[in-house]
Amino acid sequence: MSSHVVPFKTYFMVFLALLLLLALTTGMAYVDLGGFNTVIALAIAFVKMLLVMLFFMHLRQSSALMRTVVVAGFFWLAILIGLTYSDYSTRTWIQPPQSWSNSAPATHP
Amino acid sequence: LAEHAQQAGLAHQFENLEQQQETASLGIWVFLVTEIMFFGGLFASYAIYRYFYYSAFAEGSRILSVFWGSLNTGVLLTSSLTMALSVRAAQLGKRRLLMIFLVLTMLLGTTFLGIKGIEYHDKFVEHVVPGIDFAPEGRVLAEVSPGGLGHAQLYFIFYFAMTGVHAIHMIIGICVLLVILFQARRGKFTTQYFAPVEVAGLYWHFVDIVWIFLFPLLYLVGGRY
Repeated sequence: MSSHVVPFKTYFMVFLALLLLLALTTGMAYVDLGGFNTVIALAIAFVKMLLVMLFFMHLRQSSALMRTVVVAGFFWLAILIGLTYSDYSTRTWIQPPQSWSNSAPATHP
Repeated sequence: LAEHAQQAGLAHQFENLEQQQETASLGIWVFLVTEIMFFGGLFASYAIYRYFYYSAFAEGSRILSVFWGSLNTGVLLTSSLTMALSVRAAQLGKRRLLMIFLVLTMLLGTTFLGIKGIEYHDKFVEHVVPGIDFAPEGRVLAEVSPGGLGHAQLYFIFYFAMTGVHAIHMIIGICVLLVILFQARRGKFTTQYFAPVEVAGLYWHFVDIVWIFLFPLLYLVGGRY
């Protein structure tokens, strides 16, 4: 942190960009894009998050130490969601061998 | 040492106010990382159940009001702006402006909770609260998938758990800002010492970010076309 003061205009422009992205993500819900609806909605949310973190949370002026903590946090979040989701979404890809049929079958939660 | 003692707000273990501020910001960021993991668990389980019961989740999301949801997102984004401007006012040593922006932020936060209350009330009226006479009228929830009604209840469990935990964070945030407001009124902050305002702001923005993801995931999954 520093005593660097961000101009009012910068904050206001970021706010306008956030509102614009909110309008965009809401509008997109009314357009059928197949599987891309969720992808685009999450991409917009990600951009909004970056704007808030870089400008409102001052990460743009923060030290390398602070940024490392933040990136590390998201790295672990990616492991949490990525590994869990890839496990559950691929369980039915390969059937267990016949010889295992006496054991309990894999079930959905 | 005499010079050290003169600086208002400087605790004795720090070299100077800049180091103290850096430490405070780093501390709250480490806390926010634990919060990311806390909400991350909810988001991960949401992702898995949404994968399994997509149609029930999509149908459930269409019951929510996009109007209230997007309005509330706008309210929260505005509160983030006023919070950022609070910190800026503190940096510039404008006490009155700081207090005005803090009050505005708290008012917007309360507005958010009020709108959330209206939505919760609507959900009770529409019988879409899981476990309490769950029977949405005029919906095809039972037909969307085998056990559709149960899966739709699961969606609403996620809805109430995630928005509920988020709302608790908002209430805590408003309480924190109330403390900051009283400290500001007493003239505790200077252009050099405003770490508590910055720390409270970081927490507030984090809660805003959680909602930035909750809004599309809960309100817009099903699409409205």
